[in-house]
Amino acid sequence: MKFAILVFPGSGCDIDMHHAVKSVLGNEAEYIWHTEANLEGFDAVLIPSGASYGDYLRPGALAQSSPAIESLKAFAASGKPVLGVGNGFQILAEAGLLPGAFLRNKGLKFRSGNAKLTVLNTDSKFTSDYENGQVITIPFAHEYGNYFVDEETVTELKNNNRIVFTYADGNTDGSTADIAGVLNEQGNVLGMMPLPERAVEEIIGGTDGLPLFNSILKRWSENNVSHA
Amino acid sequence: MSAMHEPNAQQIKDEQLYRQMGMTDEEFERAVGMLGRLPNYTETGLFSALWSEHCSYKSSKPVLRKFPTEGARVLQGPGEGAGIVDIGDNQAAVFKMESHNSPSAIEPFIGAATGAGGVLRDVFSMGARPVALVNSLRFGDLTEARDRYLFEEAVAGIASYGNAIGIPTIAGEVQFDNCYSKRPLVNAMAVGLLNHEDIQKGIASGVGNIVMYAGATTGRDGIHGATMSSSEVSVDKEGELPVMQAGDPFLEKLVMEACLELVKSDALIGIQDMGAAGLTSSAAEMASKAGYGVELNLDLVPQREEGMTAYEMMLSESQERMLIVVKKGREQEVTDLFAKYNIEAVVIGKVTDDKMLRLLHKGEVVAEVSADALAEDAPVYHKKAEEPAYFKEFQAMEMSEPVVDDLHATLKDLLQRPTIASKEWVYNQFDTQARSNTVVAPGSSAGVIRVSGTNKGLAMTSDCNSRFVYLDPETGGKIAVAEAARNLICSGAEPIAITDCLNFGSADKPEVFWQFEKSAEGISEACRKLNAPVISGNVSLSNEVNGVPIYPTPTIGMVGLVHDLSQTTTTEFKNAGDVIYVIGEASVDFGGSELQQMTQGKIFGQAPSIDLEVEAARQRELLTAIQSGLVQSATDLSEGGFAVALCEKAFGAEGLGAGVTISGSAVTALFSETQSRFLVTVKEEHAAAFEKAVADATKIGVVTDSNQIVINGDNGLLIDGTVDELRSAWRGAIKCLLNSEA
Repeated sequence: MKFAILVFPGSGCDIDMHHAVKSVLGNEAEYIWHTEANLEGFDAVLIPSGASYGDYLRPGALAQSSPAIESLKAFAASGKPVLGVGNGFQILAEAGLLPGAFLRNKGLKFRSGNAKLTVLNTDSKFTSDYENGQVITIPFAHEYGNYFVDEETVTELKNNNRIVFTYADGNTDGSTADIAGVLNEQGNVLGMMPLPERAVEEIIGGTDGLPLFNSILKRWSENNVSHA
Repeated sequence: MSAMHEPNAQQIKDEQLYRQMGMTDEEFERAVGMLGRLPNYTETGLFSALWSEHCSYKSSKPVLRKFPTEGARVLQGPGEGAGIVDIGDNQAAVFKMESHNSPSAIEPFIGAATGAGGVLRDVFSMGARPVALVNSLRFGDLTEARDRYLFEEAVAGIASYGNAIGIPTIAGEVQFDNCYSKRPLVNAMAVGLLNHEDIQKGIASGVGNIVMYAGATTGRDGIHGATMSSSEVSVDKEGELPVMQAGDPFLEKLVMEACLELVKSDALIGIQDMGAAGLTSSAAEMASKAGYGVELNLDLVPQREEGMTAYEMMLSESQERMLIVVKKGREQEVTDLFAKYNIEAVVIGKVTDDKMLRLLHKGEVVAEVSADALAEDAPVYHKKAEEPAYFKEFQAMEMSEPVVDDLHATLKDLLQRPTIASKEWVYNQFDTQARSNTVVAPGSSAGVIRVSGTNKGLAMTSDCNSRFVYLDPETGGKIAVAEAARNLICSGAEPIAITDCLNFGSADKPEVFWQFEKSAEGISEACRKLNAPVISGNVSLSNEVNGVPIYPTPTIGMVGLVHDLSQTTTTEFKNAGDVIYVIGEASVDFGGSELQQMTQGKIFGQAPSIDLEVEAARQRELLTAIQSGLVQSATDLSEGGFAVALCEKAFGAEGLGAGVTISGSAVTALFSETQSRFLVTVKEEHAAAFEKAVADATKIGVVTDSNQIVINGDNGLLIDGTVDELRSAWRGAIKCLLNSEA
C-alpha cells in the first residue's frame, strides 16, 4: 500500500508519520510537498501534525491557500482513505472535509501527554482492528485541541456513528461531547487530535496506534483482492 | 538615528560616547591603537559588541582554560557554534547550552523563546539535525507575583518555540530560590545528530567566494543585546532597555530545513548563526577563524525597516538569520534551495585576502577593521578574586541536624517545596514526544532519545544545586557534574561530555570572581574524574538585582550514550517483591539542603563533601550492574534526601509502595543530602549478583503492592503514609503556588 504524507511548511511531525507507516509497518510512503500536490497513484493520504504555517491566523487555516487542498479534496471524493492527526485534523476541518472548529484548550496552555480514548465505532476502515468499547492510550500534544461542533452536528455525528474516538479520562481540553476523532459522511476521512503514529512501538509510546494503521491496510488489501 | 546625525570620531573620543556602548577608556584606547586612528561610530559599535563579555569571554577566558576539553570522543571542542562528540557508527552528537537570562528578566515569553531558537541554530549550523531540547530554569520562590509571572511566561515561551518547530523537550530542571527573584535564569540546551562527513564550521575562506545572507530580514530589534547581556538588568529602568528581539519558530523551521539540505551540498564553505552581535560577530568570526577577510555591501542586506544605518544593521540581533559562505558561481543554486522554503538567500559580500572586515554602505566604506582585532584580540582580564568572608565562617561551623518535630509532616512539606515538587505543570506544556524517538520523557532522572535507525540512545540532563556552589564553590562545582553524571547512570547511559552555562553575578566583584574560579576548578576536576570533557558552553555574568548577585549557578548539561536501548532504566518501581537497595550511607549533611532552607529560612554551614573516587567507583559499578540487566529501577538521592527519593520511586508507579528499614538518626537518615548515593530496585533472583557488583549497596526492604510508604528506623516506625496522599501533595504543589494570591 502506498501512502502520501502531505507536507506543508512547518509540518513538523511528518517524520513521525513516515516512520510509522514505512519503517514500522513496511509500506511505501512518500513525502508530498504541498506545492507538488499530485496525489495520483497513492492509496491513502496522511496529513501529519506539527504547526503548519506556524499556526498563524488559526491552526490549519493558512494551509487552505495551498495548491494541495484541491488535490486533497479530489482524493477524498474518490473514497480513498484520508487520515489527519493533530494539526492535520485542523487542516481537514478548515478545508470543510470534516465538521467543526478548534478553540484554544480550556486551560489556555499547550498540553501534551498520553490520552485514554474509547473506541466507539469499529466498522470504519480506520478502526476495524479495535474492539468496540476498547480503551486505548494514544499520545497527544496540542494547544488548540478544544474541538467544537454545535448540538445539531453532535446529534448527526452520533446518529451516523461518525464519532470514532472519545476521551475516556475527562481530559478533553473542552472538546464537545468528549470527541477525540470523527469521520466524514462517507466514512473515508478521519480526523483526530491524538497522534496514533506515535504509538506504534513498545519502546516509544506503546502500540495502541497500530490497529488503526492495520485497519487501513487490511481494508485496502481486501478491496484489492476483490478487484483482482 | 540616521547616519547623518551620528557623532563623528572625534566626538566619540572627546565625549567618551563609547562608554554608552559598554566600552571602558582602556578598551577604547586599545581599539584606537589597533586601528591606528580613531574609530567612527559604526566601528566603535563593532568593537564594543565583539569585545563585550558575552562575545569575547574577556573576563572568563583565563578561567575557562582550566576545563578539560579533550577526549577520545571529542570531534569539536569549545570555539564553534556547538561541540561535537563521536557516538560510534560514523555518527556524532552535537550540543550546546546557552543562557537567555537578561531578555527573560524583561520579556520572559520572548526572551525564553529566542533562547531556545538561538541554541537550535548553533546546533544546525554545525550541520546537525536537532533532536531534543533540554532546559534549566531558576526563579524566585513563587511567593511574589512578578516571579510567578516570569515563571509562567518563560515556560510558555520555551514551549511555544520548541513545540512549533517540532523538536521534543525531553529533560530539564527547575529550581526556586529567592536569590533569583526578578532575575531568573533561562538556560536552553539543544542536542543534535549528524554523520561525521556532514560536520560544518563557521569559516569564510577562499578569496572571491561569496558571502550570503539567509533567513529573516534585519530590523532594529536587539541592537546591542550582547552588551546588555553583559551588564546588570536594573528592574527600575525598563524604559531605557533596547527593543527586544522576537523569535519566529515557523521561520526557523524553514531556515533549519533549508540549512540541513544545504550542508549536503559541496557549494557550501562555511555557515554560522547570526547570534549575539548579529552580523558583526558572524562575519568577523568567520573571517578570523579562516584567516581571510570579508567585505560586505550593507545595501544588499534584507531590511525590514527604512533608513537603517550601518551601525544598526551590524548590531541588530533580529532572529532566524544565517551567514553563509559559498563557492563562487554557486550562489544561484543556494538561492534556489532556500526559495523552496520561501526563505530569502541573497549575496551580500565576498571573501577577501586582506583579513579585514570591510563594510560598504551607499557607495562608501563605512568601516574597515581587522577581523582578528574584533574576534580574537579583545582584551583579556585577569580579574581579582577574593575569598568572601562568609566562606570561612561557614567552613568553621559544626554541622548539626535541623530540629524536626513531626517526620511525616516534614516529608510532606518537603514534597511540596517547588524545587522538589513534580514539574508536570512545566513539562506537560512541552511536546515531549515529537519525532517519535522519545524513550524516556521528562519526569525521570534523565531524558532518553533513540538514535534513529539504531538501537542506541542519547540520555541527557541538566543539573546544578547552586546552594552548594554558594556555600563552597569548588565542592559545589564537583557536585553539579557528579549529579548530572548520576542522572545519566541511573538512566543506563555512559556519560560522554558536558556543555555548561556559567551563570554568576558581576565578575568585577572579587567575591563573585572567586566563586567563578573555584567552581570552575571543581567542575574541571569532576569532569576529569568522570571522563566527561567540556565541549561547549556559555558564560553569563552580571546576574544581579540591585547589586545583589545570584547564587553562583554553573549549570551542567550532560549527554550520555545508552549502548543498547534495552538497558534504559527509569526512576519508578517496577514490581512488588523487588528488593530495594540504598548505595552509600547518610551523614549529617544539611548545609544548603532543602530541609535547612525550609526549616531555618536560610542556608549556612558546609556543603556536603564529595569524594570523587568514591563517586566514580559507585557510578561505574552501578552502570555495569544496569548494563548487565541486574537493575529494575534507579535514582540518585538529591534535594530532600532519602525519603523524597523513595517517594518519587513510588509516585511514578501505579499501585506500588515500599517497606524499608533504615538505621541511624532519623532526621539524617531521612533528609540528609549526603552525596554519591542511589536508590535501586532489583529482582529477588538478581539480588546476590547485584550485591556482588555494587560494593556499597545495602539491602533495606522491598517494593510492596500496598500503596503505603513505610519507613522504619532503629527505634520503630518513622514514616507511614499512603502513596496517594503524598503523591497528590507533590503533584499539586506548583499549580497551587501559582494560583495563590499574594
